[in-house]
Amino acid sequence: MHVVYPVVVSALLFSIGVYGVLARRNAILVLMSVELMLNAVNLNLVAFDVWLRDRLHGGQVLTLFVIVIAAAEVGLGLAIVLAVFRTRRTVDVDRLRALAEVVRAPDPGRPDGEGAS
Amino acid sequence: MTSQAPGLWPPSGPEVVFLLLGAVAVGTALLVVTTRQLVHAALWLVVCFGALAGGYLVLTAEFVAWVQVLIYVGAVVVLLLFGIMLTRAPIGPSAGLDSGNRWAAALVAVATAAVLVTVVVTGFRTAYAPLHPGQGAAEPLGASVFRIWVLPFEALSVLLLAALIGAIVLSRTDIRGRE
Repeated sequence: MHVVYPVVVSALLFSIGVYGVLARRNAILVLMSVELMLNAVNLNLVAFDVWLRDRLHGGQVLTLFVIVIAAAEVGLGLAIVLAVFRTRRTVDVDRLRALAEVVRAPDPGRPDGEGAS
Repeated sequence: MTSQAPGLWPPSGPEVVFLLLGAVAVGTALLVVTTRQLVHAALWLVVCFGALAGGYLVLTAEFVAWVQVLIYVGAVVVLLLFGIMLTRAPIGPSAGLDSGNRWAAALVAVATAAVLVTVVVTGFRTAYAPLHPGQGAAEPLGASVFRIWVLPFEALSVLLLAALIGAIVLSRTDIRGRE
């Protein structure tokens, strides 16, 4: 097995995940895209473990650890999404702007750049 | 490891199988990030993870493949489906799943793919890994987890417990924070 094949597949999966995280608006779809990126990393780890014939099986054991961390992450993420849904009635990440910086209209009395501080 | 590697073309039997599974995985991943139906996205994710598990099998990582099927297909997708149902998402096609910066996102993703594929192809063009069946079976993996990687394993179990308790506390409504 040439190492190029799994590594290229994983690079493509990773960039698809990047697209999903940036383009999707529903928080659950964003979580799914994060899962895609984690899977791309897992494929990389397995391929390099097989290539290097690691006697400690570091790559595959780390893959198992990443799978466990992904399970914990998706559990916590869904709990947070549900808490947000309970209070805001929406899971639209574009509309959850409570933590965004307040963009004020530029103050004519001050020079630019100091009005927002 | 790179000596007497056969040429990139024609691909051998396992490589053909792996490439087909990889094409399925990439295609269904594209469907996950572009479909207009939330539930279909979760179901396409099942196909994508299944194809990846098949890829692990081809790469002789059997144990990882079965753990992938158990945890990802069995647990994570079910959790995501629960999330979709509990947030009362519409079942049919819904507009507005994509935000306005879709074209910027596509640009970033294509740039990422171009950079990564160029780098890995130039870096690993001659790397060849001969496959030995049984390399990633449960026995050698279990031996190395419980002999060498015991401390990270235990730390990870504590992390999992903390995440579980955190999820329970977050999703219960009758637990209030201190005033």
